[in-house]
Amino acid sequence: MGEMRMIEAVRAAITEEMERDERVLVMGEDVGRKGGVFGATDGLYARFGESRVLDTPLAESGIVGIAIGAALNGLIPIAEIQFADFIHPAFDQIVSEAARTRYRTNGDYSVPIVIRAPFGGGVHGGLYHSQSIEAFYAHVPGLKVVVPSTPSDAHGLLKAAIRDPDPVLFLEHKKVYRLVTEEVPDGDHLLAIGPAAVRREGTKLSCFAWGLMTHYCLQAAQELESEGVSVEVVDLRTLAPLDRDTILESVRRTGKAMVVHEDNLTGGFGAEVAATIAHHAFDSLDGPVVRVAAPDVPGMPFNTPQEDFFMPSPDKIAEAMRQLAAY
Amino acid sequence: MSPRTAPSKNRAVQARRSVLLADGTIAHGARPRMEEEFLLEALRWMMKSRLYDQKVIALQRQGLFGVYSPGIGQEACIIGSAMAVDPVRDWMVPQYRELMATVHHGLPLEVITAQYLGKIGPARIPEGVKVLPTQVSIAAQLPQATGLAWGLRLRRQDSVVITYVGDGGSSEGDFHEGLNLAGVTRAPIVFFLSNNQWAISTSRKVQTATRNFALRAAGYGFEGVEVDGNDVMAVYDVTCEAVERARSGGGPSLIAAETYRMSFHNTTDNPSRYQDQKDYDEARSRDPIERVQKYLAGLGLWDAKREAQWTEEIREENERAMKMATEAPAPRPEDVFANVYEEPPPRVIRQRADLVDGQGG
Repeated sequence: MGEMRMIEAVRAAITEEMERDERVLVMGEDVGRKGGVFGATDGLYARFGESRVLDTPLAESGIVGIAIGAALNGLIPIAEIQFADFIHPAFDQIVSEAARTRYRTNGDYSVPIVIRAPFGGGVHGGLYHSQSIEAFYAHVPGLKVVVPSTPSDAHGLLKAAIRDPDPVLFLEHKKVYRLVTEEVPDGDHLLAIGPAAVRREGTKLSCFAWGLMTHYCLQAAQELESEGVSVEVVDLRTLAPLDRDTILESVRRTGKAMVVHEDNLTGGFGAEVAATIAHHAFDSLDGPVVRVAAPDVPGMPFNTPQEDFFMPSPDKIAEAMRQLAAY
Repeated sequence: MSPRTAPSKNRAVQARRSVLLADGTIAHGARPRMEEEFLLEALRWMMKSRLYDQKVIALQRQGLFGVYSPGIGQEACIIGSAMAVDPVRDWMVPQYRELMATVHHGLPLEVITAQYLGKIGPARIPEGVKVLPTQVSIAAQLPQATGLAWGLRLRRQDSVVITYVGDGGSSEGDFHEGLNLAGVTRAPIVFFLSNNQWAISTSRKVQTATRNFALRAAGYGFEGVEVDGNDVMAVYDVTCEAVERARSGGGPSLIAAETYRMSFHNTTDNPSRYQDQKDYDEARSRDPIERVQKYLAGLGLWDAKREAQWTEEIREENERAMKMATEAPAPRPEDVFANVYEEPPPRVIRQRADLVDGQGG
């Protein structure tokens, strides 16, 4: 299909699925005529019309709620939350409704919706255009949480999410939208939701990340390579379900583990990864399981010096890798 | 068809609709749609609802039934609205106090009873029954009902949605989002608000400063109508009109039915702590069932003998459903892992194995 950036891969995936299945719809704020604030739905309104590309009022709970209702009668809605920071009003509809409908009806009803939300910082978005929200939702049984870090993964995983019979929260890092360009496979390109990807093989320590942090970890690993330290980088890609086997297999080989995320440290998803490793790879560990994360402050600072301090960076990650490697 | 047509004119809210007065006489000038045979059917359903509630409360007091929210006093809302929709093509999206409306809409009584008893297989909603599950999270069903209705129109299905909410639910954010989205999409939906004056112990006066819940509809660009919610004939009439409006492309309606919760919020609640006995006695004098019986007695269609006979027959029907639900097998502990996802992911498989034979982890 040619080279694409992640934003284009997202758009291609939605377009292909809408062409394949007329039950697939898009709804959200500014998704229609404007084509989304990042352009993810650019051109869809002209192509598919207002009955399949719905510009909604500013009402996140309502957007997810109508997506659930439409899904209950056989439609396949893709609901866009304009920024992950604004998903919180929809928490009840996602957590108590979408994620629980199959369970509380003993399988009589299911909610095959996708909720797309651009997330993440390092873009001078300040407190309300920078948040990482994955930990809230990865906690919830019944929901799947996908965080692609490459254009090709975003394409294949989003198509799989649209065809998934359960609700999927699909988190797209804003800084990754236009960060890298790569070849996206032609044809019916579907990637299974679940398996992690080993992005770089290494022997001295294992580093686990998702979204933008995957790229920063790869940069840090490159630097460590020049210092003679071989670092393995695993892109988790989906947090729920979590690919425990790949994580444990990697740690058992390297003996050291690090988790990197830009969400704040305490109660972040890194804690789940660390606990899994501590319990099930304890005998293989040759050092503490280390977390590199943002500090526990209420939001991503707006000013540059503090935003830089808040965000894990390739340099900070490299330094943490050096220390762990030397342990 | 377009989901974006011009909103309707905000018409002034009509005066409260009333057909059958509390004393069992027809309101001056009212022309009810319900004929006598149909009214008898409505009466039978209302009696079934009350007798079921009374039975369940008795069982709950003996520890034989879960926490339960009865619809006593609200039977005209529950039955009058349900009789105005078509179980074959229309959808019902309940809150939790409309049990007998969902039964009227095709959900077998033994199924919903089995749900209250925590059964699984026998509690499943049969194929083709267009009822969504009981909703406990107040007002969360409203945006979903709107989405369901909007989807019905997109798929060109000749169906409407009726959804229920209370005076308490009208204060939730999802009430606003659900109704506003319905107005914008012109979804074929009827919002049925039963104002029973209480949200547990919170009185209707604390809930909103509006004098009339039907006024809320004007803010969303659709029709609002207030009705005597203890008058099954009037409830049926206004719901039929709202359903016809929705089906013919006229968009949503909000029905505000004025009624009274003549029982408790649920079986854990004690209204004597907050409810004025006077209000309760006053509500009793407007009982939705008695007024129908009085009216039918005046026509020679109702007497003590018939009442005794129906009561016995209905009790037997209810007992049968109760027995089926009670005797249905209890779920196994490992069934707790069923239906988390369509395909169980590894952690579900591991945790289930751990529970069953200690092999997970």
